[in-house]
Amino acid sequence: MARRRRGGGGGGGGDAKKPTTSDQHHPPQKGKKAQQKTTEKEKNPQDFNDHHHHHQAAKKLKTENKKKNWSCVDSCCWLIGSICSIWWFLLLLYNAMPASFPQYVATALTGKIPDPPGVKLQKQGLKAKHPVVFVPGIVTGGLELWEGHPCMDGLFRKKLWGGTFGDLYKRPLCWVEHMSLDNETGLDPPGIRIRPVSGLVAADYFAAGYFVWAVLIENLASIGYEEKNMYMAAYDWRLSFQNTEIRDQTLSRMKSNIELMVATSGEKVVVIPHSMGALYFMHFMKWAEAPPPLGGGGGSDWCAKNIKAVMNIGGPLLGLPKIVAGLFSAEAKDIAVARAVAPGVLDKDIFGLQTLQHAMRMTRTWDSTMSLIPKGGDTIWGTLDWAPEAGHDCVSMKVNNNENHTSGENMKQDSNSSKAVNYGRIISFGKDVASVHSSKINSVEFRGSVKGYSCANSTCRDAWNEYHDMGIEGVKAVEDYQVYSADSVLDLLHFVAPRMMKRGGAHYSYGIADNLDDKKYQHYKYWSNPLETRLPYAPEMEIFSMYGVGLPTERAYIYKRSPSADCYIPFQIDTSADGGTDQNCLKSGVFSVDGDETVPTLSAGFMCAKGWRGKTRFNPSSIKTYIREYNHAPPATLLEGRGTQSGAHVDIMGNFALIEDVIRVAAGSNGTDLGGDRVYSNIFRWSESINLQL
Amino acid sequence: MVLRFRKLYFTEPTLSKSYESYETPKDEKKQATEKPKAEKKQEKGERNKKRIRWGCVNSCCWFIGCMCTTWWLLLFLYHCLPANLGVLKGPEPPGVRLKNEGLTALHPVVLVPGMVTVGLELWEGRPCSQGFFRKRLWGGSFTGILNRPLCWLEHLSLDKETGLDPPGIRVRPVPGLVAADYFAPGYFVWAVLIENLASIGYEGKNMYMATYDWRLSFQNTEIRDQTLSRLKANIELMYVTNGNKKVVVVPHSMGVTYFLHFLKWVEAPPPMGGGGGPGWCDKYIKSIMNIGPAFLGIPRAVSSMLSAEGKDVALIRSMDPGFLDSEILGLKTMEHMMRVIRTWDSVISLLPKGGDPIWGDLDSAPEEGHVCGFETKGFFQSNSRENNDSRNKDTRPRIEIKHGAKYGRMISFGKEASEQHSSKLHKVAPMELMQAVSNATCGEVWTEYGKINRQNIQKLADNKAYTAETFIDLLRYVAPKTMQRAEAHFSHGIATDLDDPKYGHYKYWSNPLETKLPYAPDMEIYSLYGVGLPTERSYVYKLSPSDKCDSIPFRIDSSAEGGCLRGGVYFTDGDECVPVISAGFMCAKGWRGKTRFNPSGIATYIREYQHSPPSLLEGRGLKSGHHVDIMGNAALIEDVLRVAAGASGEEIGGDKIYSDILRMSDRVNIEL
Repeated sequence: MARRRRGGGGGGGGDAKKPTTSDQHHPPQKGKKAQQKTTEKEKNPQDFNDHHHHHQAAKKLKTENKKKNWSCVDSCCWLIGSICSIWWFLLLLYNAMPASFPQYVATALTGKIPDPPGVKLQKQGLKAKHPVVFVPGIVTGGLELWEGHPCMDGLFRKKLWGGTFGDLYKRPLCWVEHMSLDNETGLDPPGIRIRPVSGLVAADYFAAGYFVWAVLIENLASIGYEEKNMYMAAYDWRLSFQNTEIRDQTLSRMKSNIELMVATSGEKVVVIPHSMGALYFMHFMKWAEAPPPLGGGGGSDWCAKNIKAVMNIGGPLLGLPKIVAGLFSAEAKDIAVARAVAPGVLDKDIFGLQTLQHAMRMTRTWDSTMSLIPKGGDTIWGTLDWAPEAGHDCVSMKVNNNENHTSGENMKQDSNSSKAVNYGRIISFGKDVASVHSSKINSVEFRGSVKGYSCANSTCRDAWNEYHDMGIEGVKAVEDYQVYSADSVLDLLHFVAPRMMKRGGAHYSYGIADNLDDKKYQHYKYWSNPLETRLPYAPEMEIFSMYGVGLPTERAYIYKRSPSADCYIPFQIDTSADGGTDQNCLKSGVFSVDGDETVPTLSAGFMCAKGWRGKTRFNPSSIKTYIREYNHAPPATLLEGRGTQSGAHVDIMGNFALIEDVIRVAAGSNGTDLGGDRVYSNIFRWSESINLQL
Repeated sequence: MVLRFRKLYFTEPTLSKSYESYETPKDEKKQATEKPKAEKKQEKGERNKKRIRWGCVNSCCWFIGCMCTTWWLLLFLYHCLPANLGVLKGPEPPGVRLKNEGLTALHPVVLVPGMVTVGLELWEGRPCSQGFFRKRLWGGSFTGILNRPLCWLEHLSLDKETGLDPPGIRVRPVPGLVAADYFAPGYFVWAVLIENLASIGYEGKNMYMATYDWRLSFQNTEIRDQTLSRLKANIELMYVTNGNKKVVVVPHSMGVTYFLHFLKWVEAPPPMGGGGGPGWCDKYIKSIMNIGPAFLGIPRAVSSMLSAEGKDVALIRSMDPGFLDSEILGLKTMEHMMRVIRTWDSVISLLPKGGDPIWGDLDSAPEEGHVCGFETKGFFQSNSRENNDSRNKDTRPRIEIKHGAKYGRMISFGKEASEQHSSKLHKVAPMELMQAVSNATCGEVWTEYGKINRQNIQKLADNKAYTAETFIDLLRYVAPKTMQRAEAHFSHGIATDLDDPKYGHYKYWSNPLETKLPYAPDMEIYSLYGVGLPTERSYVYKLSPSDKCDSIPFRIDSSAEGGCLRGGVYFTDGDECVPVISAGFMCAKGWRGKTRFNPSGIATYIREYQHSPPSLLEGRGLKSGHHVDIMGNAALIEDVLRVAAGASGEEIGGDKIYSDILRMSDRVNIEL
C-alpha cells in the first residue's frame, strides 16, 4: 500500500520533471545545432513545431543556465534517492515482519508444507545415536588463504574458494595463481599457502544461498545432533589423497576425530561421503589400517571397530566420463562451480582471450581431478562396439522406468537392433565415427608418434599448458586415431599431458587387479580404486550407495579440432553434433545416459550392485551393500527452491527421502530396516552384462 | 581512520549541494505556480498543492540520492585503490619481523579463550528464535538481542537447577578459530595473534582454538559437550602430527583457570578425569603462556554477582556502555541481566579466591599504599623505576597514609564505612542473618532477592564492610540457590593440607591455592599481563532507593569519590579487569621455586606490559595493556611467537616487571 502511494508520488514527480528533462536534451549552447538536425531529419511539421516550442522554452530558461546543468544531476539523485528510500522502507517492513509470515504465505499458497524429515522423525521419537562424519566432495569445500603474494594483501583467512568469489572478479590472474598448485610436486607453490576451511562451515553452503550440507545438518540437528557428534572432514580437494596427509595430516586428523567421537559417545560412526569424498574415504579406510610409514597404523580391525556404515551420496566410485573432457579440453565444468559462478563466466573472455587456457592450466595442477578418471577400462566402460548401458533410451528415461525393469530383456534386444549408441567410445572425432561399426574405423596409432615443437610457443606467454609441447603433428596424430575407449583414453591423456599424468600416476591407478594378493597393491596409489583394493575386514559394516537417477548425464563425447591454432586448446567438443530423433541421447556433442547429471548410474551403482555384493574378492568379509536410488523430480513450485525430490548431484543433499534414510541410519537403523535396495534404473541389468571376475 | 577520512570528503559535496537543494524547491515552486497561469488548463489548484507537497518528498529523495551516490563513489574509489597505497604503512608486525629473523613454527599452539569472547550459536530453540539455527546468538553483530531481547535472554540463560541446558534449548560454542578471532565485527580478540603466528608458518594443523561454553562450570563442559576430551585428543594429535613436539598453550582471562582445571582433569583417573596418567602434562606441554590471567579471581565478579553492575570488558566495548543501563528492556534491564548471569556457573569461578590472606582483611591489604595515578600517567613509570632500583621493601616510596585505601573491604556500605578503622565498624555476622526468617513477598521472582525481605536487607547493609571471605557468606545468603549449585563446582579457599583426599574432587581443580601443579619439571608457566590501568578492586555500595520488590536492593554508590575511589569503586593497578595481585601472585610467589603448590618446581615467569594509549592510527594500540587489547600488543605477541618457535623463558629475558607485584606478594602471608 504504502509503496504504491510512494510510487504515485514518484510518477507525479516524473510529470513535473518533463519540461526540465527535455530541456536538458538540448542544452542551450548546442540548442541551435540540435534544432537544425531535427529539422533535417524530421519532416513532420507537428514534430517540428513541438521541437520549436521546446527550443523557445530553452531560450526562455537560458538565464537559468546553471540550474539546468544541475538538474541532470538532480534528477539522477532524485531517482537514486527514491529507489533507495523505497528499498529501505521495504527492508524495514521486511525486518518488522513477524518471523512466521513467510510460512503463513507459503501455506496459504500451496497448502500445508510437509514437515522436514528431521522434524517428522523427531516426532516419531528418533534420537541422535551414532556420531556422523561428513566427507565433502571436490569443489564444494571452501579454501582460505594463509599466506600469499602481495597481490592478495588483506585477504588473510578469507575464503578464496567458496563464498562470494569476489576476488576472482577483482584480480583474476592473481586468483588463478594462488589457486594453482605446483605443477611438479602437486603441493603448494613457494610462498603460497591455501588451506581448507575447517568445521561444518567448510561446506554447509558453497556460495551464499547455495546449500551443500546445510539442509542435512539442520535435519540432523533436529533429532539432537550438534557439533560434538557431527564432524566435517574437510580436506584440500585439490591435492591427491595421500598428499593431504603429507601436507596437512588430514587423514590423521580424521582418524583421531573418529576415535574421539567413538570414545565419547560409545557408538560407531556413520560416514557420509559425497561425490569425490567417497573415493577419499575409500582411501582413508585403507590408510587407517595400513602400517605407519605409509598408513595410519590403526590395525586390521580399525574399520570394524569404528565404522557402522558408509553412506556414499552420489559417489563416482568408478570415475566420471566428464572428467575426461575436463582434462582433455577443460570443457566440462563441475556442476557446483558452473552453477555458483554463473555458467557463462568461464566461457566469456574476462581474462582476455584465454579463459579456458587459464582454467585448464589451473585444473591440471590439481591432482585430485585425476582420481576421477574412469576406472576399470574397457571391462567396465565398454569397448568400441559394446557398453553395459547399450540400448539405453533417453526419452523413456524421463518417465519412471522401474516398471520397464521386468521387460528389460525384450527392450534390450529391440533397441540393440535399432540405433544403438556406442557408449564405449568415450571420445570420437566426428559424429560419423561415433556410430559406425568398429571394423570400418580407420584409426592410425598415435602412441608412438612424434610431437613437433610448437611454433607459437613464445606468443602464448603465461597461459601455459602442455598442448604447446605437442605441435601440429601431435594434434593430428590424436585426431587420426579417431575413436577412444576408456583404456585408450588413458593413453590419450598420457600423450597430451605427459607431465600431469606422470604426477597423477604416482597417486592413482585406474586398472582392474588380477591378483589382489600381489604385494604391489599395498601401495597407496591403489587405495582409492575399488577395483584394485579389498574392502577392510568389517563384517558388520554396511555400505550404501545413494544416488539420483533420471537425469541425462554425460557419458561420451564427439570432438573436433578447434579451428584456431596457436595458443588455443586444439580440441573442442563438437557442439553441432546432434542426434535428432533416432539418436536422442546425443545432444550438442555429448552422449548422455542415466545418472544424476554428473555421475552415470554405472559408476555410482556398480560396486554395490555387483562388485561388492555378497562375498567377492573385493569384499572378502561380505560387507552388506545397499543401493538407494532417488528418482529425480523437478521442484514442484518456486517456493521449494532447489527441490525436495531432486536427484541432481548436489541438490540431492536436500532430497527429503535421502535425508530420511540418512537420519534413520544415524539413529540406529540398518539397511534392511530402511527397505533394502530401492532401484529405479537399470543398474542391475547393466551390472550383469559386465564381465568381471569376482 | 579511513572511515573518518571518508567522512570528511563525504560531508563536503553534500554540504555544497544541499545549499543548491535548498534553492531547488523554490525554483520548482516558481515553475509550478507559473505554469498553470500560462497554460490555464484544468485542475489548477489541486495540482498545485500536490506539487508543493511533492517538492518536499522530492528534495528528501534528492538528498538521500546524493548521499548514496557520493558514498558509492567513494566506496568505489576506495576499492579501486591499490591495496598497498590505501593506508599509511604501520610498523612491521612482529610476525613478519621475526620471520625475517628466521623463526619458523615449531611447537603446536593451543589457544584457550576466556569468558565472553567466544561466540555461541543456536542449535535448538523455542519458536521465537526461528531462523537463527547455527547463527550466533553471542558474538558477531548481536542482531538477536535487538530484534527480540526477551527471547534472546531466555536462550542464553541456563537451567537454574542444573546449570545445564534448559529443556528444548541448545546453545553451543562456535568451534574453530572463527569462534574467538573477532568478538564483534572489527573488534579483534585473537585475530592479530593468529595472523602473526601464521606469518611464521602456523596454520590450521598446528594451531587449535579450544573453545568451550563459557557459561557452564568447567566440569560441565566435559559432561555436556566432552570439551575437555576433545582438547586432550587434539593436543595428542598435534603432538604426533608435528613430529612429537610439545604444545605451547596460550590461555586468556578465564581460559587460564579453565586450563588449570584441564591440567588436573587430564591426569585424573577416568570416571571424573581424562585418564592421561601422571606424566601426561610433562609429555605433551612445553609451556603455558597465560595472558591476563585471573588466577585468583577478579573483584569485578563480586559486583556483578551482587548487583549485576560490573560488566565484562568485551561486552562493554562492543555494545556501547550506556546500553545496558538505559532501560530498553522495559524497566528491568539490570534485573534481567542478573537473572541470566546468575544461571552461569562460570561467573562463580571468578570470585576472589584465597579469602583474606590474599585479598586483605578489614584493615590491611597487599596493595596497601598504592597510589592511584588517574591524572599522572607518569606515575607508574617512576614507580617501576623505583621498584627496579631498590627491591628492598624498607625504602617504601613516599606514600602518604591518607591515600591508603582499605582494599580489603571488598564491599562497604557507605564511603565512611570504607575508611573507618575496623574497630569502629558495626558488625553483624552473616551467619546470624542466615537464621533470620526470610519470607517471600513477591509474586514473580526474578532474582533471588525477591525472597529476602526488606529488614534483612537493611541488616545486611548494617554490617557495613565485607572482606573477600565474608563476602562469600553474604552471597550464600542473598543467592542461596546459585551458590549451592555453583559451589559444587568451584571452591574459593586455601588448602591447609593438599594431601587431603578431598582435593581429588574436581571442584578444587581450578583454584591454584587448592591444587598441586602436575609433575612436569620441564614445563614453564608464564604470566603475561598489562599494568598501568586503573582496575576495579573494591566497591562502595548503598541501598537502592526503589522499594519495588523485584528490583536489586543494592547499588554501587557512584557519588563516592576521593583518592583511589572513583564513582564508588576503589581502583588499583592492573589491566582494567584483573588486578595485578590476581594475575601475578601465583607466578611471583605461590609457584615460584619448589612450593607445596608446585612440587616439581616448574619454572615461572612474569612478563608485564606497561600500558600506553594508542595513537590514532594504531586502532586499539600496539602497546596496550588492556585486558583484551593486550592481545594486539606487539611485545606480547613477540614473546608468544618466540616461545612457540622454541625459545625458553630465560631466552626471552626472564621476568619483566613494572608493577609492585613482588612487594605485594611478599606482604601476602600464606604457607608455601
